[in-house]
Amino acid sequence: MKVTIVDYNSGNISSVINSFKEVAKDKVNIEVTSDLNKIKSSDKVVLPGQGSFKSCIDALNKINGLVDTLNEFVISNKKPLLGICVGLQMFADVGFEETETKGLGWISGKVSKIDNQNGKYKLPHIGWNQINIVKDSKIFKDINNNSHMYFVHSYEFVPQDKNVISATTDYSSNIVCSVEKENIFGTQFHPEKSDKTGLKIINNFISL
Amino acid sequence: MLKNRIIPCLDVKNGRVVKGINFVDLQDAGDPVEQAKIYSDGGADEICFLDITASNENRDTIYDVVERTSKKCFVPLTVGGGVRGIEDINKLLNCGADKVSINTAAVQNPEVVLESSKKFGSQCIVVAIDAKKNSDKWEIFTHGGRNNTGIDAVEFAKKMEDSGAGELLVTSMDRDGTQVGYDIELMTKISSMVNIPVIASGGVGNLDHLVDGIKLGNASAVLAASIFHYGKHSVKEAKEYLDSKGIPVRI
Repeated sequence: MKVTIVDYNSGNISSVINSFKEVAKDKVNIEVTSDLNKIKSSDKVVLPGQGSFKSCIDALNKINGLVDTLNEFVISNKKPLLGICVGLQMFADVGFEETETKGLGWISGKVSKIDNQNGKYKLPHIGWNQINIVKDSKIFKDINNNSHMYFVHSYEFVPQDKNVISATTDYSSNIVCSVEKENIFGTQFHPEKSDKTGLKIINNFISL
Repeated sequence: MLKNRIIPCLDVKNGRVVKGINFVDLQDAGDPVEQAKIYSDGGADEICFLDITASNENRDTIYDVVERTSKKCFVPLTVGGGVRGIEDINKLLNCGADKVSINTAAVQNPEVVLESSKKFGSQCIVVAIDAKKNSDKWEIFTHGGRNNTGIDAVEFAKKMEDSGAGELLVTSMDRDGTQVGYDIELMTKISSMVNIPVIASGGVGNLDHLVDGIKLGNASAVLAASIFHYGKHSVKEAKEYLDSKGIPVRI
């Protein structure tokens, strides 16, 4: 089996690479690349993302054919993809960070700034928060409800269809922190930085 | 609910821990990687390395330490000390640091914060503010506390938030190393001035000081070095104590 972490200059992905390699050991081949053919031949793809929604979308678009390849992988071939942080946010139709930016449109919805309730809540939402699992998700196998995960973000994904939501977290309101729609998985939190529980989620994705 | 974070900090010099935990079962008490692993296994919410390597020729030692740590610890890793600009930040992030803390460079050239937060995202840019009280205000010190800039720390904090810092690591130079507790007044002033998380640092001598930093100082996270060294307190003990005082922590 081959799992590819898409390297599209979206910022710091060392931790994602380290965590997947730690979990995969020698059982699974972890590739880190933006090579379209290698992505096409993968069994699973991980889409990380740091920085702003706009900067990540711009970075994806900069690599010729990458968005088309991902569309084919996810939409036509229905192979599993895990988006992390802004990687998840890009599933949306549109994001409003910096400026209005078109997303990948895989899961209808928008990405907007977390309501800080006039300064009552500090932004970014940084640190460990508990997740409230609202539906069975394959990546939550053996993960307890109310587990702690590590978050760093100021924007939240608001999907149109609430049925895609697999977990929320409480910060100012119930923020969507995990989604599952058929073969598409995403976490707003960072499993790669969420200690043993996070590694378990990575393992669940690899084992799909 | 978002939890308050406990961040043990290790001073690293030439790739070795300067003051460390003195556990008998440690193979190598001077190895930052092993120490960091003990902290993360013990429930540390993040790990912080402060590189205090003085000579330029040994600067590269920290990269090796960060690289090895990030392969073993799967909690956020912040690295600070001697970060001069974009290139250093890029290098540390590539080695596996999750956040980089900028001190002197941010004061000398605030553009560094603006540029780096744009390039790498605010989430990985921590601005470290070293402040000392001078009559009724706090002034910023740089170069590891040796140079007084005369810059007002509270105003500077606001400026750093506007420049894109994701967090502020506020150290009281008056309290650092004294073990008499954080400068609560300084922490309160800054945390009420900005809307980004503040990490309190400098002066922790017992577990009540951690409680005060959060309850009175309004800090989102508390950083401490010496109380976790030499096994005086474990991170687990600290968390249980905070929990007993009604502070939300990850246990």
